[in-house]
Amino acid sequence: MILSTRDLKVAFGPVRAVDGVDLDLGAGEILALVGESGCGKTTLARTLLGLVKPTAGTVSFEGKPLDYRKLKQYRRQVQLVLQDPLGALNPRHTVYDAVAEGIRIHKVDRQAGRLGRTDGGPQGDEQELVADALSRAGLRPPERFFLRYPHELSGGQRQRVVIAGALVLQPRVLIADEPVSSLDASVRGEILGLLLKLREELGLTVLVVTHDLGLAWNIADRVAVMYLGRIVELGPTADVLQSPQHPYTQALLSVVPDVERTEQIVLKGEPPDPARIPSGCRFHPRCPVVMEACLTTTLPVLTPDAGHHTACLRVG
Amino acid sequence: MSLLEFRDVTVDYASNEGPIPAVRGVTLTLERGEVLGIAGESGCGKSTLAATVLRLLPANAKIGGEVMLDDVDVLTMNWGKLRTVRWAEAAIVFQGALHALNPVQSIGDQIAEPIRLHKTAKDVNARVAELLQQVGLPASRAKSYPHQLSGGQRQRVMIAMALACSPDLIVADEPTTALDVMVQAQVLDLLTGLVRDLDMGMVLISHDLGVLGTTCDRIAVMYAGQVVETGAALEIFDQPKHPYTKALAGAFPRVGDPTARYAPAGLPGDPPYPGDIPSGCAFHPRCAIAIEACATTTVELVGGVRCIRVGA
Ligand SMILES: Nc1ncnc2c1ncn2[C@@H]1O[C@H](COP(=O)(O)OP(=O)(O)O)[C@@H](O)[C@H]1O
Ligand SMILES: Nc1ncnc2c1ncn2[C@@H]1O[C@H](COP(=O)(O)OP(=O)(O)O)[C@@H](O)[C@H]1O
Ligand SMILES: [Mg+2]
Ligand SMILES: [Mg+2]
Repeated sequence: MILSTRDLKVAFGPVRAVDGVDLDLGAGEILALVGESGCGKTTLARTLLGLVKPTAGTVSFEGKPLDYRKLKQYRRQVQLVLQDPLGALNPRHTVYDAVAEGIRIHKVDRQAGRLGRTDGGPQGDEQELVADALSRAGLRPPERFFLRYPHELSGGQRQRVVIAGALVLQPRVLIADEPVSSLDASVRGEILGLLLKLREELGLTVLVVTHDLGLAWNIADRVAVMYLGRIVELGPTADVLQSPQHPYTQALLSVVPDVERTEQIVLKGEPPDPARIPSGCRFHPRCPVVMEACLTTTLPVLTPDAGHHTACLRVG
Repeated sequence: MSLLEFRDVTVDYASNEGPIPAVRGVTLTLERGEVLGIAGESGCGKSTLAATVLRLLPANAKIGGEVMLDDVDVLTMNWGKLRTVRWAEAAIVFQGALHALNPVQSIGDQIAEPIRLHKTAKDVNARVAELLQQVGLPASRAKSYPHQLSGGQRQRVMIAMALACSPDLIVADEPTTALDVMVQAQVLDLLTGLVRDLDMGMVLISHDLGVLGTTCDRIAVMYAGQVVETGAALEIFDQPKHPYTKALAGAFPRVGDPTARYAPAGLPGDPPYPGDIPSGCAFHPRCAIAIEACATTTVELVGGVRCIRVGA
């Protein structure tokens, strides 16, 4: 496993944003983390990035629990990708500077050459790393993009610059938080295709946080469905999306627009306040098929193996 | 008599480099009780077209053609008449509405504003309470401030404001783009229910053809300021004819479709800048099936499709 969590909890005071998550990410795997807003997806992602320290439990990278006093090396290995329309790019920075920023922050040690070359002039190294990242991200020839500004690029190209900025440190894992949700339909496919290509060419592991199940169907090997701080269904994409077991997953799937106009299960309201997580099954107050026992029976944390698992009393 | 009719509507934005044609001759109609979807990537002129309904365009915009609201041309109305039309006959729920609420005014006061302005109800507080209930919020929410509400709840407040003066027409510009799928479903359910129950008409703008396909009666797909395809919503979503519509439809895969697995479909490039529109068919530089003639032939909308390669 390249990245794992065990019994991971993150609380902000009384707010239990992540409330017991066991997750394993295999090398080269694409995992989609889905769920409504407020379910703790971003908090889990930020914890995996080492930006938030868990309240309890562990995050391990290649089997070793993170040492929160020495995260620099780790942060380089696990990079965040945000979407450009939400301000990932500074309009006054050239493409070159945007991509080189990561190298400068991490003051990549040219002599040690951990990030590629050990030879070449002082500028040459940085330039080559930037050029390499841009062409990996599909901006070719890279030199032509160095001095351009974001407004001179198409929407798809801008998002590629954002991805190049993450690639320049040659990470093992990308964590993409809603990488395409406010991008045009046409750009969306282009960027998802790029993530697939990077996995193939570089063996990158990708965690995509999204509320878009079509995206998961497009690119993910596995899907983890999160509700109120817990993974409530986990499994291979085809299993989870074609035979969803959890009533929550079934509802999420039913509201994806499709031509068959399948009966929609529109859940009422929004997930409850994570400072007051309901007893028993945390989904019971909104569950369309709730039973008496669901109010009181505590459900265990799902096993993080490659199988299909569901946290629901009605299942199995 | 249609509720809304765009007749050969054009909008040019004045700029240093000359006029920028953002809308280039759009003709569409909307009946009462009907939802018309407008699809297209950003920059295709959807918001500009929508804003002509209430003449809510910046000063550098020049509008041509006719926009008939209940058989009266909005473009020739005097200012006084236009003021009564706004809110009372037609109301717009704007794109980015989530930031449009005043952070230091209670939402009850904000919903009350158009009611007071148009004196459409005697008991303003009762009307506010009724509106909140109509959009699925408890009446007690009137005392809340925007920051105390979730994104979905704020969007409901915007819809309550639009309904305040009982308009016949609602124009909803990307009302769900920033919301998650479940809240999106709730808001769309709410809007279509209101259109049905209150016998209004609605223009729904979205870049998501799936949302429009399952919510609207008819769809018009815009590209570079023109309608390139129009027809029954499900048909456009399920069996698109224009190569541009096909690309848009392909971008939102059906879960379970084996051809979409590990094969996301995109459409490289961007729509043209309206100041620099390609000759012939504006879509030809990005079109997968373009032939030489596409670069030179001006294409008309024939049988609901603006493409010489379709049905030829
Ligand atoms: N820094 C924080 N302080 C307090 N509460 C937070 C903080 N960050 C997130 N939360 C809360 O944690 C919950 C989960 O949020 P988030 O991880 O952003 O969910 P998602 O990404 O699924 O929308 C929400 O209720 C949110 O308000
Ligand atoms: N005030 C303005 N001045 C000049 N050009 C504008 C103005 N507003 C919009 N435009 C241009 O008009 C075109 C259509 O914009 P818009 O109607 O917002 O499209 P959409 O809603 O489909 O994204 C865009 O190319 C945009 O840059
Ligand atoms: Mg989030
Ligand atoms: Mg717009």
